[in-house]
Amino acid sequence: MLTIGLFLAISFLVSLAGLAALIWAVSTDQFSFGQKQARVIFHEGEEGCLDDPTAGSAPTDTERAAIDASTAWPVSLFLGVAVLWLVLGSLFGLVASLKLHLPDWLDGSAVLTFGRIRTLHLTLVIYGWLSLAGIGTATWIIPRIFHTPLRSPRFATWGAIIWNAGLTAGCIAIASGWTDGEEWLEIPWQIDTLLAIGGGLAVVPLLRTAFARSVEHIYVSGWYFLAALCWFPALFIVANVPGIFVGAEQATVNWWFAHNVLGLWLTPLGLGAAYYFIPKIIGKPVYSYSLSLIGFWALALFYSQVGIHHLIGGPVPTWVVTLSIVQSVMMFVPVLAVAINQHVVVARNLWAFKASLPLRFISLGAIMYTLASFEGSLEALRSINTVTHFTQFTIGHAHLGAYGFASFIMFGSIYYMLPRITGRLWPWPGLITAHFWCVVVGFVIYFIALSVGGWLQGVAMLDAGRPFADSVILLKPYLEARSVGGTVMTIGHVLLAINVFGIFVLTRPASRNGAIA
Amino acid sequence: MNRSLPLVILAMAILAFATVMLVVAPKVQIGREPAAAGLKPYTPEQLRGRALYSSLGCVYCHSQQPRAPDQAPDAERGWGRASIAADYAYDSPHLMGTMRTGPDLLNVGARLPSASWQLTHLYQPRAVSAWSIMPAYPFLFEVKDRPSPGDRVVWLPKNRRIPGKVVVAKPEARNLVAYLLSLDRTYPVPRSAIRDDGYSRGGATQ
Repeated sequence: MLTIGLFLAISFLVSLAGLAALIWAVSTDQFSFGQKQARVIFHEGEEGCLDDPTAGSAPTDTERAAIDASTAWPVSLFLGVAVLWLVLGSLFGLVASLKLHLPDWLDGSAVLTFGRIRTLHLTLVIYGWLSLAGIGTATWIIPRIFHTPLRSPRFATWGAIIWNAGLTAGCIAIASGWTDGEEWLEIPWQIDTLLAIGGGLAVVPLLRTAFARSVEHIYVSGWYFLAALCWFPALFIVANVPGIFVGAEQATVNWWFAHNVLGLWLTPLGLGAAYYFIPKIIGKPVYSYSLSLIGFWALALFYSQVGIHHLIGGPVPTWVVTLSIVQSVMMFVPVLAVAINQHVVVARNLWAFKASLPLRFISLGAIMYTLASFEGSLEALRSINTVTHFTQFTIGHAHLGAYGFASFIMFGSIYYMLPRITGRLWPWPGLITAHFWCVVVGFVIYFIALSVGGWLQGVAMLDAGRPFADSVILLKPYLEARSVGGTVMTIGHVLLAINVFGIFVLTRPASRNGAIA
Repeated sequence: MNRSLPLVILAMAILAFATVMLVVAPKVQIGREPAAAGLKPYTPEQLRGRALYSSLGCVYCHSQQPRAPDQAPDAERGWGRASIAADYAYDSPHLMGTMRTGPDLLNVGARLPSASWQLTHLYQPRAVSAWSIMPAYPFLFEVKDRPSPGDRVVWLPKNRRIPGKVVVAKPEARNLVAYLLSLDRTYPVPRSAIRDDGYSRGGATQ
């Protein structure tokens, strides 16, 4: 019992001390920044103008053009491959979803069994689509906010190549049955070294660019990106070192890692992009720049300790479960800070939300970040977790975060960046609108089906008077609805891929300069 | 914030702190407990089956961590007493799972001890439970004209039989069943054993 009290007390004190230090630092102006620093993303004359590449407004600034030229190659590679993995990963997701209600479909080979297809889906969308799109976006934004070209871009290109080689090898390994066997860590650790090297190489140019920057201030997106790019390699390496942990210890490492992939990797990549693109597209700085500081450090403090809420009611010490529950609830602090900053500036400029498709994707993604985080905090409470844990509700929640939040922001970011990178217009602007409505409608179906179905599944399993079979039978129509939603989402991804292919291959220059601005 | 180095150092320090809390401290505490007294190490055959369980992804639908009676009716369903950390001393990778599309399996060897039932169920789950959505694993079996000596023939209900043929278990299927039947943590454990007691004051035993 001593350990419980002791660790909880230590954790609480350190967290509170950190938060108190932050509040003190902000209130006494230790960081001396405010709305002036929030404007570091604008060049002269950009503020107050809608900046939407899908509508044809093109950059005029020569310094900006040199910066974008330095990142064009590696970022094109990151984004192009990411979209490829997205389409492939979605197809695996769709097959896995269908197999849950058509269990005798494609059962002739181990490669095609549900357990492997589902794993390939997760591996491809997390380490292929979201990670690569996120690194690409960070690589593109960092030189822009530091007003200097990317240093050592070749490192980034090689990083992308090695990462993708590792991911391909990892997927082949999983499909053929060679796996490390822990959720989110299925790629064999021997192959993981390739991903670690690739990721490490991709980080070098960003750190070098940060140290060589020509502006004094590091814009908020830079905090998130720099921290995320240092956090992820550390997480990934510690979690993959073999032979140290067994049994219940391994379970805590597993969920410490898996939730930090969301909290300290995908979330900062997504938030960093949103913090750049939302004000940049609207042409107005975020609502309260100093608040973003609290949002960032509170995220680091609280999010890093939430992982064990995946083991509530399980065979691990009570104190560590309780600690993660407490920190999950504390996540309201950074989430509210980010929400105020990002949603207020959009709400005050709804005209831009209507006018710009990239902004629509990104700010909808930011809204879903708020919703996913609130839902996650509530889901960590013991009374709610006892129903939702072990059910499809969790899958719905995971998709609200990784899809509704992170993927929506990456969609918008890609639609913003690629016209700037290639100097061309999107060949089929109509497909962007179609993509938007496909993923919105598809995801609404997906999320509602799994949330309702999962909740009912959990209630049925808790009722000793009902046989277990009830929880399976009642779920089937919801699983079918999920497949419908997933199909519509996948169609949206194919539309994105067609446009990305077109903008790289078809040569149609950006001619409608400044049409909107 | 205008300096990259302090930012990166502080960010890494926060992660290190989280790692101490969520990884190092639990490892020290759990590592001090010996394996549960009634727990036997896996045999090589069971380990081969366990590797197959892991590579086929059974863990994505089956948990291996029964809950305490104060939280859920797991014991009433025959899934066993609430599990403790020491029940997993020989498990790597751990297979606790996060999903119950199917039932918890930590004590399936005690609940469904018939190897014959397990083989039929793996070959075609709907041959024994019409409502099941579990994948069938026909690739772990062979369809033959007649069994060879030493073959394990799989029992099938009439409507699932193939006329003139028999279905026999490949070694993989037999390994997997050996692993499933080894899943039996019904031995008694001390009240003070490590587990999340957040739903009760009663400890791990009932």
